[in-house]
Amino acid sequence: MTQTAAATEPASVLRAARLRPAWIVAGLVAVAGAAVAGLVMGPVSLSPHAVVRQLLGLGSDLEAREIAIVEQIRLPRVVLGLLVGSTLALCGASYQGVFRNPLADPYLLGAAAGAGLGVTIVIVGAADGAATPVAAPVAAFIGALAAVALAYALGASGGGRASTASLILSGVAVASFLTALQTYVQQRNQDTIRQVYSWILGRLSTAGWAEVRLLLPYAVVTWVVLLAHRRVLDVLAVGDDEAAALGLHPHRSRIIVIVAASLGTAAAVSVSGLIAFVGIIVPHTVRLLAGRSHRVVLPLSMLFGGAFLCLADLLARTLSSPAEIPIGVVTAFFGAPFFVLVLRSSRRMGVTA
Amino acid sequence: MIECRGVVVRLGDKLVLDGVDLKVTRGEWVSIVGPNGAGKSTLLRYLTGGVRGEGQVLLEGRCTTELSRRERARLVALVPQAPVVPAGMTVVDYVLLGRTPHIRPLSMEGPHDLDLARDALEHLDLLPFADREVATLSGGERQRVLIARALAQGAPLVLLDEPTTALDVGHQQQVLELVDALRRRHDLTVVTTMHDLTLAGQYAERLVLIDAGRVVVDGPADEVLTEANLASYYGAKVRIIHDGGRPVVLPIREQRAVHDRSS
Repeated sequence: MTQTAAATEPASVLRAARLRPAWIVAGLVAVAGAAVAGLVMGPVSLSPHAVVRQLLGLGSDLEAREIAIVEQIRLPRVVLGLLVGSTLALCGASYQGVFRNPLADPYLLGAAAGAGLGVTIVIVGAADGAATPVAAPVAAFIGALAAVALAYALGASGGGRASTASLILSGVAVASFLTALQTYVQQRNQDTIRQVYSWILGRLSTAGWAEVRLLLPYAVVTWVVLLAHRRVLDVLAVGDDEAAALGLHPHRSRIIVIVAASLGTAAAVSVSGLIAFVGIIVPHTVRLLAGRSHRVVLPLSMLFGGAFLCLADLLARTLSSPAEIPIGVVTAFFGAPFFVLVLRSSRRMGVTA
Repeated sequence: MIECRGVVVRLGDKLVLDGVDLKVTRGEWVSIVGPNGAGKSTLLRYLTGGVRGEGQVLLEGRCTTELSRRERARLVALVPQAPVVPAGMTVVDYVLLGRTPHIRPLSMEGPHDLDLARDALEHLDLLPFADREVATLSGGERQRVLIARALAQGAPLVLLDEPTTALDVGHQQQVLELVDALRRRHDLTVVTTMHDLTLAGQYAERLVLIDAGRVVVDGPADEVLTEANLASYYGAKVRIIHDGGRPVVLPIREQRAVHDRSS
């Protein structure tokens, strides 16, 4: 009986979860589309054809002023949007996997609150605001990493190993504590409150390539480490006991993923402020549409996260031009309804997480 | 095949295993029985690295402290009692998780692993289910998927934690027959924890009774499943009858209890 069944079934029937080429193509198209849109649209509209030719070095009929707009103003910003979006989405997907918690986002362990406190102190401390372009990202980076380290130390202090539940709880405690400090410092200094808010709501303003250069090394390390753990995250999904019985070191793997994702989050936050929702909405949308294996979710979250943030930034700087809407407002405003749409139209609503 | 000497495990402040000695030879089927909280599942978790403890365990003559986690996972596979089934994971992907100790760290499974997963699915008549989600399967099907994962792991020693607890009596027999057939075909050594003592006696060659973290009786079913043993370690009132040379454990209810209700 078994033999006839095996004989009639073609060998290709048995297939492991993997990333289908069509999805990679779709992700790359989304990235390219978002990038081109981000380059040609704005106060000065340019021809997509000419911009692409110019960037590919094929020569174009753009004026010198237009070339400057593309290469010195819009390109760094588009690249930064792609980097921040892909890093936040990837870190969010990894956090959700490693904590086996669908609500986990890159800021789960207090990275946002730590970064917020760091930036607030720097903005308040620099009376004239002159020091912030350099000092704010550094302060955000240090604050985010310190908060995660504190949450981890507290979560582990209970009994040797940090369980996911105690980690999440200590993350909540650290975040509340640091947010309280941040609010206090902010309220004591009314004159800088606008600056602090503008940072907290997120923004992708660039001064040339400085922000990209700051973020890129950390982003690349994060990408490499997290993508390498895509199968490990699938194994961890069966819980620590079973993962250990399958030969994994669940505790060690979890620390590596958390450290890498926290590093990436801290770097992204330091150049972009607190951009909400990207780390939750993008991975969940990918899961609902393309599959739940981390070898699908992680790479696709990167591609679509980058494209999503690039488009969100385009809206943020064009909708009420010349003023800018904070990008965090745009991601939440358009991201949340879109996510509800995906959730409703998905046939797999029965199972969450 | 496996030899434990003086295994001690503490969970929090509680001493769960208090010096367990156990020896299982190759090809044997041993059932670990004992009352709730005796430490049966903890012993299996200890053997597969789920909890830490003291004591010495030899696997194929090698001390587990000398083995890496991957090496140990190639020798012992676990079929957990309450498995965590990730949402959306298909049967074939779940069975492929069993290949983890054979796949180089941070790499992906290759065609050879897929072949072995196919073999495991075939042995358990699961090929038609390959693309189904594990979460949508029935209890009996899911138990077969778990056994298929253990089989794909390619370990000569398979530990099954309460493999029949969630199943009706028909599926209990099917699963245990399946385990027995696989044991003979693949020359596996099987250690199960069991609550159903009659089934334990019917399938295992040897029973090990654990109480309060210690092995208290160890021997063939006839010697372990006695009215006296079950009274003192389970606090159970049972009658042992024999069917085809195997003991059948029959719970009995004292007459007084019946009178109490009628009066």
